[in-house]
Amino acid sequence: MTPDLILFLALALLAVATAVAMLASRSAVYSALFLVLNLVTVAILYLLLNAAFIAMVQVTVYAGAIMVLFLFVIMLLGSQQAAVGPDLPWQRTVSLVLGAALVALMGYVLLAGSRGTLLTATALLEGFGSPQSVGRVLFSEYMVPFEAVSTLLLAAMVGAIVLTRDERTEGR
Amino acid sequence: MNTTLLLEWLIKSVIIVFFLLGGFAYLTLFERRVLAKMQVRIGPNRAGPWGLLQPVADGVKLIFKEELIPDKADRLVFILAPIITVVPALIVLAVLPFGPEVTIGGRTIHLGLADDINVGVLYILAIASIAVYGITLAGWSSNNKYALMGGLRSSAQMVSYELALGLSFVGPILLANSMSMRDIVEAQADWWFVLVQPIGFVIFLIATLAEVNRAPFDMPEAEQELTAGYHVEYSGMKFALLFMAEYDKMIAVSAIGAALFLGGYWGPFVDQVPWLGPIYLLAKVLAILFLMIWMRATLPRFRYDRLMAFGWKIMLPAALFNVAATAVGVVLLGLGG
Repeated sequence: MTPDLILFLALALLAVATAVAMLASRSAVYSALFLVLNLVTVAILYLLLNAAFIAMVQVTVYAGAIMVLFLFVIMLLGSQQAAVGPDLPWQRTVSLVLGAALVALMGYVLLAGSRGTLLTATALLEGFGSPQSVGRVLFSEYMVPFEAVSTLLLAAMVGAIVLTRDERTEGR
Repeated sequence: MNTTLLLEWLIKSVIIVFFLLGGFAYLTLFERRVLAKMQVRIGPNRAGPWGLLQPVADGVKLIFKEELIPDKADRLVFILAPIITVVPALIVLAVLPFGPEVTIGGRTIHLGLADDINVGVLYILAIASIAVYGITLAGWSSNNKYALMGGLRSSAQMVSYELALGLSFVGPILLANSMSMRDIVEAQADWWFVLVQPIGFVIFLIATLAEVNRAPFDMPEAEQELTAGYHVEYSGMKFALLFMAEYDKMIAVSAIGAALFLGGYWGPFVDQVPWLGPIYLLAKVLAILFLMIWMRATLPRFRYDRLMAFGWKIMLPAALFNVAATAVGVVLLGLGG
């Protein structure tokens, strides 16, 4: 076994373990912390794949900014303990269907990958994963999707502000 | 794996960590002496000449103090929080170049651990965004309302000022045309970026003060309202770790500021005598640290809502304007590389 493979197996195990722990944990704060650990582990997996830029963005945006806000809200509302009430009636069915769909998709990719019908792994391009190459592709080839996502996020942001705005202060 | 290379990295890491540990001890003394001078007092002067042994005495005192864990505290997180706080402060300097290439025993060595990676600036931002957790968790796990308030304030403050901080990095990145810290410092061989980035530098300084919870942005530990904020329940070595994280973060952001805006290790005759580089860098770091202490001695604390309004309504637009102006300058006037 190469060092890369050992590292990958350890990280993959850690990622799955933290994901399960996140779901199993009854305390919301612990769940959030396990999710942070999971996101950081995935970031290290990106580093193993030579995608340093994506790894750094993953840590900054997901493990850093977004999860801090999650934790902030959990602590502010004081809802540390998850309610042990009954599940939603349709939750179990929906989770089974979606889970089966995910397994089918991953199975298809694995099978198709071994038969070579999907895209095969190509040799790494010059400067693969560097901020320059990612930026160049993002602002030339994927310009339209990039701008569409930006507009969507902006709309969501404006929507959140409008929805949480207090009506009573409108008159002032 | 190349054993010599591994050994080289190990030695560099150990030097950086020891530099931060020793720097923490003597920065506390430096701060107390400077504050005393500014307030026309004498300051610590009993332990050793000029009080030089004072940090040792403080350290011994903290080691022998009783470690208290509150009854209702979340024990695991309570113990982990100081560690989570101190680790980002210790590892962030991995991407900082400390000097030009030197030759030791026929081997050419970069003074810096990973200063040539092409995402160096992003690494700093990533570590800065992780650094919020320690303080927030310390406040939450103490199960004390003052500590929780302090932790929440600090996370809100750090998340708000991180934006302006990140945008202030964009100026040097554009001018050097690279995200590698070594490239950014090398691009300042002839002139420092602060000359064309005065707004960026001021934004960086203000945002880092908020990011490391220093006066006048020390709301998270405002003594008068929150007793001591997030570390009110901590004692002994756990308190020392939280304390160390704060001072190590000060050293780290000063070094980053020196590298991004003040030319890093560059100074007269560094071309001929490469070992002068770290000395110049240290002088610049000390100058920024002095500025931070000076501000603490001068400015009163902000009110919390003013702090938020200032961060979002003045700092962020100013930083955005600075990015746009720099981009125009780089394209039209051909500034930078």
